Parts: sequence; structure tokens; C-alpha cells
Amino acid sequence: MWNFPLHPPADTPLATRVDHLFYTWLGLAGVVTIAVFFLIVYFSVKYRHGSKADRAMPTGAELRRESHRIEFAWIATPLVIFLGMGFWAADLYYVHASPVANATEVYAVGKQWMWKIEHIGGQREIDELHVPAGRPIKLIMTSQDVIHSFFMPAFRIKQDVLPGRYTILWFTAEHPGDYHLFCTQYCGTDHARMIGHVVVMAPADFQKWLTGGNAQQSMAEEGAGRFRQYGCSGCHGANASVHAPKLEGLFGRRVQLSDGTSVIADERYIHDSVMLPRSQVVAGYAPIMPSFQGQIAEEDLLDIIEYIKSLRDANPGLVK
Amino acid sequence: MSTLMLPVRGNYLDEGFSLWSWLSSVDHKRIAILYTISITMFFFVGGVAASLIRLNLVTPTGDFVSAETYNKLFTMHGVIMVWFFLIPSIPSTLGNFLVPLMIGARDMAFPRLNLASWYLYIGGGLFTVGALIAGGVDTGWTFYTPYSTMFSNTHVIAAAAGVFIVGFSSILTGINFIVTIHKMRAPGMTWFRLPLFIWSMYATAIIFVLATPVLAMTLFLLAIERFAGVGVFDPALGGDPLLFQHLFWFYSHPAVYVMILPAMGVASEIITCFARKNVFAYRSMAFAVLAIAVIGFLVWGHHMFVAGTSVYSSIVFSILSFLVAIPSAIKVFNWTATLYKGSIHFEAPMLYLLGFVGLFTVGGMTGLFLASLALDVHLHDTYFVIAHFHYIMVGGSVMAFLGAIHFWWPKITGRMYSDRWARFAAIVVFIGFNLTFFPQFVLGYLGMPRRYHEYPPEFQVLNVLSSAGASVLAVGYLLPLLYLLWSLKYGPRATANPWGATGLEWQTSSPPPVDNFASIPIVTAPPYQYEPPEGPHPNPSAGQKGEGSEGAVGARDGLS
Repeated sequence: MWNFPLHPPADTPLATRVDHLFYTWLGLAGVVTIAVFFLIVYFSVKYRHGSKADRAMPTGAELRRESHRIEFAWIATPLVIFLGMGFWAADLYYVHASPVANATEVYAVGKQWMWKIEHIGGQREIDELHVPAGRPIKLIMTSQDVIHSFFMPAFRIKQDVLPGRYTILWFTAEHPGDYHLFCTQYCGTDHARMIGHVVVMAPADFQKWLTGGNAQQSMAEEGAGRFRQYGCSGCHGANASVHAPKLEGLFGRRVQLSDGTSVIADERYIHDSVMLPRSQVVAGYAPIMPSFQGQIAEEDLLDIIEYIKSLRDANPGLVK
Repeated sequence: MSTLMLPVRGNYLDEGFSLWSWLSSVDHKRIAILYTISITMFFFVGGVAASLIRLNLVTPTGDFVSAETYNKLFTMHGVIMVWFFLIPSIPSTLGNFLVPLMIGARDMAFPRLNLASWYLYIGGGLFTVGALIAGGVDTGWTFYTPYSTMFSNTHVIAAAAGVFIVGFSSILTGINFIVTIHKMRAPGMTWFRLPLFIWSMYATAIIFVLATPVLAMTLFLLAIERFAGVGVFDPALGGDPLLFQHLFWFYSHPAVYVMILPAMGVASEIITCFARKNVFAYRSMAFAVLAIAVIGFLVWGHHMFVAGTSVYSSIVFSILSFLVAIPSAIKVFNWTATLYKGSIHFEAPMLYLLGFVGLFTVGGMTGLFLASLALDVHLHDTYFVIAHFHYIMVGGSVMAFLGAIHFWWPKITGRMYSDRWARFAAIVVFIGFNLTFFPQFVLGYLGMPRRYHEYPPEFQVLNVLSSAGASVLAVGYLLPLLYLLWSLKYGPRATANPWGATGLEWQTSSPPPVDNFASIPIVTAPPYQYEPPEGPHPNPSAGQKGEGSEGAVGARDGLS
């Protein structure tokens, strides 16, 4: 029974750096707290009512000068320490928020009360995330319903997962192992059961897992099917007669909108164009696209996004 | 200070004995009693919810209540403790009782408004208790959208309506405090002769008036989206899911300071009195509470470091959060320095407040961990946060509230309680509190998320420790209820100034006359007049000399 952990496993370079920050704070806070406790007890004993301790104090201007000196010291010292620690923490936060360019993308959809994961190759899993050790992984996450939060304590990272937006979480796990995955944003009745595992595998094992997985086709291929299934190709396809923006070469480019503004065509732009098409109409096109709100599941939409991404390098000349 | 004459009218408790004489009284002292009784009832309702939560968490599989019930329990615990206990606690009870007495006024500026604010409080409470009886609410006290607007099948609107209404009670109290402190100070009571408790009430009142309307608007928008399907927060309706969090924390973070600033005011009064030494750096203490109130409005984004806001806004909010910690640190250091070369007495109020300083220090230091961006990414929404804010709100605010009740109890009721029992209770609360909440820091760093009805088995030992502590804490909270009630009938009569404190409220009889002062005092000196500590000291439990005569009169007219 007494064999319980006091410290969580740390399995990424960032996790180790966060631990350094934590233990530095623990040391500083410990020193201050112990000093305050010690002084309270020491003064309480020494200057208890009736004790014979010397209570002579400076008076007048001397007292004021002395007080100001002390006050300045205990305002300036914490200020310098706080700001120093704050910049250290902000620097790590910046690392946490800036995925490396060559990271492998994995998609995640939160819904009451499960995590649906899809790899680029089309492998799907629920409440489990298999990743290779030593490779940077970038999760692109969204929610089907309420706000969730993707928390991996062993990596010291979490990120809220929002409906209607894509948020990012990236990490490089170092050692094979099985780690906790928690939902940390309260999301309803079975919030506490929206948990799972992150399985870090040796790269060779991971390759084996990928090929032995349940994938029939890659996400982009799956998305091409969805693109026809939901009727997108009727307007956006190569042979469409309707005047609709072409999607080849779209992803990552700047798009002019009819209200005069422009946006970068990222995951969120494509998502909004499908769910709320009237909100961002491409300049030169009529707002005739129907909304797919409530008709298309978030994970199907991710497939379509991945399909549109795969068209990134295809004949951009077709796109205005 | 000024000399006193015998009160012309009897004490406020003898002014009428019928229920109606209480429910229709516009006397600030009676309204304070109405508040004290009502918030105590809400405290124990919220406490029962907390006990059931801790009972459920004894096993990792959450066997005691279902997930639905558990979610409703922590929501009710949060809603009741935040809005119906902590926010009104010190301002509405002791603030109401003491603000006119401490500044030498006969009542608040708007006595009827004062009573109206109590009725609003009760009205809001009835809505919330109604929601509880009708089946509960499961959104958490934070009401995050779109869960609360589009997904929860519980009584969200009724609960939000209760909070909406009780907000107006806060606003009215705030207006009353601000006007009273500005306009009704006795002759000679300049701003820098105000007791620090008044400064903290003033800062609190500013937050009440500026922040609470934002809560009202936010809850109104929430109700519109839930009721009429107007898209404000739900992206499926074209809304913004983060907008609610911005608005909610713009109110709720300053509201945290509403909970702690009054406690700081109490600490300054009690520590200086029992150390028999003037509070260290009075002006810094006064400016610190104002600084906390002002900077407190600019740190709400630190609740949203992992919510999906921009990196740069997070960095700004992080720096501002460190800045708001500076005035809090100043206060802790100044209280400690006040003890230096004092002549320290250890009656129960002092024990509560020394406990307050220690626990507030731990709560404040762990707040710095959470203000550190990369650490917050790990700790956000884990038990570390739960432990941190309970150290502030329970270890800080509730300890100070209990200390304040003990300190001013003789003034309010005209009776002394058993100091021995009270000191015992203070120690039980301190031990129970630490046993309950310290293990939660460890749980949080291990990664246990908050609002979990069940949890991985490796977290069990720490959860059992925490639940065991909660039972000790419950005893600590029930004890004062018993011996304080007992003292109402059997306690010895209190003199006007049993602690030998300075301050105008101690110059009138215990309990005070209806009009507070026989004649309005004229103030000629700063609030703290503790004699140079080298000199001999009166024994405080024997009562202060000098005012003994009208103390005796007050006692004769006391509770019968």
C-alpha cells in the first residue's frame, strides 16, 4: 500500500526541463515558507507576553529610515526572483507552443467521452495513442462537442481541445513505455472515464504496429472518398459545372475573401468553410454553399482536410 | 482618544425580540447578524457536499456516489462556497457590523439598501437551493460553455439565476461601503487614520462594484444561448468558446481577491492587537490592498494558459500575475515584522490569524508555480490547483473569518466564549486543513485531474490521507458552532474592550448601543495606539480598564 509514487515519470526533454523549473520553485518556496514559519515561531516564543527579551526599538526618523530600507529589500528581492523565474517559464512555454517543422502529424478528436486518434496512414484508435520513441509528434486536435483537454502527465503537457478550432500539442517521447492520457477539462458525466494510454514504442515496433493496424487506406485516400460521399466533388471537383473555388494547391496559401480581408487556408479555415460557409466567402464567388453543420463528423472532416492537404502540390494554376 | 458618555438607548440586541424586528431592521449590526446566520447555514450545506466528495474519493472506483451525483456535488460545493459563503463572508458580516463602528458613524450611508442586499442574497440563495432540490447542476461552478449552454441536462438556468441575483447583493453592499467610508467618517478620521480593516473593505467594495456587473452580463448571455439558442459561445452556433472564459474570469479572478482582501484586513487588526505593537508599515499595508485590487483586474488570462489563447498574451498575463504577488508578499512580511519586539498574547483569535499567515504563505507561494507558464501547462486543472486555491480560500479566508468571529464575538454578542476550547479548535482546524490539502499538491504534480469521480489506483493513498484530514477539519469547524452558541447563554458578560485593543469599536459598549456611540467620537490619532512594548501590560483576559464603566452598562443590557 505504501508503494505509491511521489513523482511522475518524465519521458520527454521538455518534461525534464519542466521538472528543473518545478524543483527550483520548490526550493525557493520552501526557503521562504520555512523562513516565515520559523520567524513566526521564533518571535512568538522570544517576544511572548511577559518574556524578558530586549524590546528597545529605534524611534522617529531612524525608525523610518530603517523601515524603508527593509521594505525596499523585501519588495525588490522577490520582484527580481519572480521575473527571472517568469522568463525561464515563458521560455519553456515558447518551446512547448512551437512544434518542430519535421514532426509527424497525428489527428485527435475529443468527444463525450472518448479520444479518437487517426494517423496519416489511416490507422485509427480510440483512447490509445501509439507513437514511436525519438520522433517528434504533432497532434492536431479538435472537439466534436464540448471543450476537452489532452493531458499527458509524463510529458508535462496539456492543451485544451475546442469545438470549431484546431489546437496543437507536440512532444518527442524518449523511451518505450505506457503512460497516462487524461481529459482535464470537465466535459460532463463520464469526464473521469475519458482517459487512456500513450504507448511509446521502439521505432521498429511502431512500424510493425502501423502495418499490422486496421488501416485499409490512408487518411487522404479516405478523405477523397468522403469528398465524393458528402457531395463536395459535385461543385469542387475537376468536372464540376458550378462556379466554386478549386481546392488544388489551396492549403497553406493566402485566400482573398469577398469582404476584402484575407486568410491563410489552414485547418481551421477549411473547417469553417464546411461548417459555416457564409462566414468566409472567397472573393468572386457567390455564397451558395450549404452548411454541413451537424451532418459531418469531425473525424470525417479531418480526412477531408488531409485530402485537401494532399492536393497542396497539385496544379495550383486552377485556383484563383 | 475621545471620552465617552453612557449610551442613551439600550444595546442593539434589546431593540426588539420578534422575528419581524430582525427581518425589518435597517440597523447595520442586526443585518450583519442576519448575514452571519445565513452564510453559516450555507457554509455547512457546502461543507456537507465537500464531505461527500471526499468520502467518494476514498476508493479509486468512486463507489460511494454515481458520476452524475458526484458532478452535481462538486458543482454545488463550488457554487455555494464561492457565492453564498466566501464572497459575502467577511464583508457582509463583520464588514457590515464594523465599518460604521470603526469609522465612528451611526450606521451605513444607505441602511435600507443594506437590508435590501440581504434580501437579494436570500432570494439568490433560494433559487440555488431550488436548483439543488430540483435535481442539481453538473457544470462545475465555472459554468464553462458550450457544456453549460448546449450539453448539460441539468438546472443550469436556475443556478445561474441564483448567482445572478446574489451578484446584485454584492453590488449594493459595495456601493454602501464606498459611500459610507467616503462620507460618514467621524471628525478627525482622515484616510490614513482608517484601520487597515477599513482599507481592505474599501478595496473589496471597489471590486464588488466594478467586477460583479460583468458576471451578471456573462450569465445573462449564457442564459440567452441556452434558452433561445442565440450563438454567443457555442461555435456550432457561430459563437466563440473562449469568450465565456474571458468574461467569466474577468469577474472571477477579482472575486478571488474579494475573498482574500477582507481576510488581510482582519489579520492586520488582530496581529497588531495581540502583538501589542503597532502594525509594521501602515501605509504600505494600505497601498498594498489597493494595488492588489487594481492589478487583480489584469490577471484573468492566467486561467487560460492552455485554453488556446496566444503565446504572447499568456506571457503578459504571467508577468502581471507575478506583479500582483508582490503586494501580497509585502503583507506577509509586514505581519511577521509586526511580531518583532512585540509582547505577544496567544488567545484564540491570534492562533487563528497566525495560522492564516502560514497557510496564506503556502497558498501564495504555490500560486507562483501556477503563474509560471510552462509549469502551469502541467499543473492546470490538476489537484495542484485545487490545493493552491484551498490554501488561499480555506486556509486563508476561512481561518481569518473564524479568527475575526472570535475576536469581535464579545463586541457583537456581549459574551465571552471559552478561550480554551477556541484555541483547541484553532489547532484542530490547522492540522485538519494541512492533512486534507497538502497531499493534493503531490496528487496534482503526479497528474491527477480535478473533477474526477474515479481515478487510477496509484493515487489512492494520497486521496485517503486527504479524506482523513477532511474528517479532522469537519470536527474543527463544528467545534466553534457548539461553544460559540453555548456562550450566548452561558458565557460570561464581555467588557467593552476585552482584548485591550485600540480602535473606535472598542470604545463603545459590548454589545454596542443602537446608535453605536453616545456621542460621535472625535479622532485625534492613528488607529493603532499600542503602548511601547517595554512597558508593563494589562492582562487582556481581565479586560481593559478605563472603559470598564460603560462596559458594565453594556453588559447589564446584554443578551438575556
